[in-house]
Amino acid sequence: MTGKPMLQVKEITKTFGGVIALNRVSFNVNQGEILGIIGPNGSGKTTIVNCITGFIKVSSGTIWFNGQRITGKPPHKIADIGITRTFQIMRPYYSLPAYKNLVIPLFSPRARRTGGWRGGGKLGDRNTVSIDILEEIGFERDSYVPYKTTSTLPTGYLKRLELARCLALKPEVIICDEVFSGLSMSEIASMVPLIERLQMEGITLIMIEHRLRELFQVANRIMVLNFGEKLVEGSAEEVMADPRVREAYFGSEKVEEVMNHA
Amino acid sequence: MKAGTQQHRRERIDRGIKIRTDGLYALMSWRELAYLIAPRFILIAGLLILPQVMPGMYWQRVISIVCIYALLAISFDFLAHYAGLVSLGGAFFVGTGGYLTALLNTGLGMNPLLSIVCATLLGGVFCTLLLLPCLPLRGVYFAIVTLMYPLFLARVIEALDIIGGTDGIMGIDSFPNAWLEQYWVIIMVLLFLFAVRRLVNMDIGLVLRAVKDNDQAVRASGMNVTHYKALAVLIAASIGCMAGACLVHIYMWAGISTFALDFSVLPIAATVIGGSGTLVGPVIGCLILVPVSELLRDFGTLRIVFYSLILLGFIVFRSEGLMAYGQRKYQQFERWTKI
Repeated sequence: MTGKPMLQVKEITKTFGGVIALNRVSFNVNQGEILGIIGPNGSGKTTIVNCITGFIKVSSGTIWFNGQRITGKPPHKIADIGITRTFQIMRPYYSLPAYKNLVIPLFSPRARRTGGWRGGGKLGDRNTVSIDILEEIGFERDSYVPYKTTSTLPTGYLKRLELARCLALKPEVIICDEVFSGLSMSEIASMVPLIERLQMEGITLIMIEHRLRELFQVANRIMVLNFGEKLVEGSAEEVMADPRVREAYFGSEKVEEVMNHA
Repeated sequence: MKAGTQQHRRERIDRGIKIRTDGLYALMSWRELAYLIAPRFILIAGLLILPQVMPGMYWQRVISIVCIYALLAISFDFLAHYAGLVSLGGAFFVGTGGYLTALLNTGLGMNPLLSIVCATLLGGVFCTLLLLPCLPLRGVYFAIVTLMYPLFLARVIEALDIIGGTDGIMGIDSFPNAWLEQYWVIIMVLLFLFAVRRLVNMDIGLVLRAVKDNDQAVRASGMNVTHYKALAVLIAASIGCMAGACLVHIYMWAGISTFALDFSVLPIAATVIGGSGTLVGPVIGCLILVPVSELLRDFGTLRIVFYSLILLGFIVFRSEGLMAYGQRKYQQFERWTKI
């Protein structure tokens, strides 16, 4: 199911003044897999996303994507080679209608190069293509929802819109920064198959989550961070069985509870 | 007002005719067509007729000045509300465009119309290059830098006594004839107004608006934000330089006063009065503010007091701006609903 290493993170360190946000963290992401990254608040999860996507510069260490060194490249270059991200705090274009949000990524050099959404060939009218993408991601096509001003949409749709913005670029990797947080149980339930479908289509995903049950359902591998250091990496069962994870993260009763659910 | 009672709330609903005219159905009846065309027709015809109904040369000249400020106001409104860059660069653009056309006209002997067009393009590029280093700045910081450039350039010209020094450049050709002088600026206002309005609704315009809303997300979409900001500045600077070039050919003189801060401040006041983000609003704002400022000339220094009072009144009572208010009344009706 999963292939060769696609994204290689080697010994990255990030310091903010005297605070060490990441300390020599290394990991690989294989083609087509879903890697979950978990950790307590402030453990450096979002910093990893920001480092990979170029929004902040690493203090030391290198990041490789398909044999190409991407450390230090600006965010738009990294998005251009196929690594896209969602933002934990959603960043839609509030003043535009929802579907017009996707016209922007569809206008990007990458979207124009890859030749439109599915099916390849000539890029159609961007408005039509964006409605198609929104439908795939769970907006009701014939309702008024895709046409509403983005600022009036509820959180669930905004999270989907974040994903849709990534999809419009036809990415190779999507890094999801807490797409499940702030959603109701039923909304999460409808997001999980979506994530699974993306994986089936060959997209590699890195998911940063606090919702462990849903994450364990979809992720192939889990990596645990604590205080900017990588604690352990492995399958959900292996990770949860590790005493260091119990100690750092949950407290032992909580682990039992999560494992029983999973 | 009924609004005093707690149980009622004002509800705004789009008029039926507004919705019918959104799509192709607008073509099906004269009424719908008229609804669409009338406001545009009134603006175009009004601006074209205006010089003819003015009592004399003096007021015809005022209309030209109105148009020059209108160009600057369109440029400000576009940059501030569609690209998220609040610019106080009106004076910078006017001065650059003015001096460039003066040099091209007196130095190279270019025909005025040709030199205006060249000054527009060259000036746009020149201003954009100078502003390029501060494009990552946002909000008030960008505004400060754009305010600094005209002061800087004016002092450089004054201190080094280059390109005319404090005397300015004289002997600039006027427009070939009075008719062209009057209508060139009016046509330019209409041209740029409709062009910019078209632009902001095109896909590339949406990208600019997205940069204003959220530049991080645009970056994450694989686009170089600085390119698009530079493009927006280029467009706005070109419009401003066009205004400056026309001004210089109308006065037949280019001097340090083309860097006057009036050119930066009045367009902003006009945008506040007219309705920010509407593009046509700032033009209407200029149509009000500039003649009022001329009428108040008799009062001497008291002029500023009246002027400020008018501005204050608009900000307190119609802070959304005339055009936003007008658009709302034209497109929507209101009713009171029980909560």
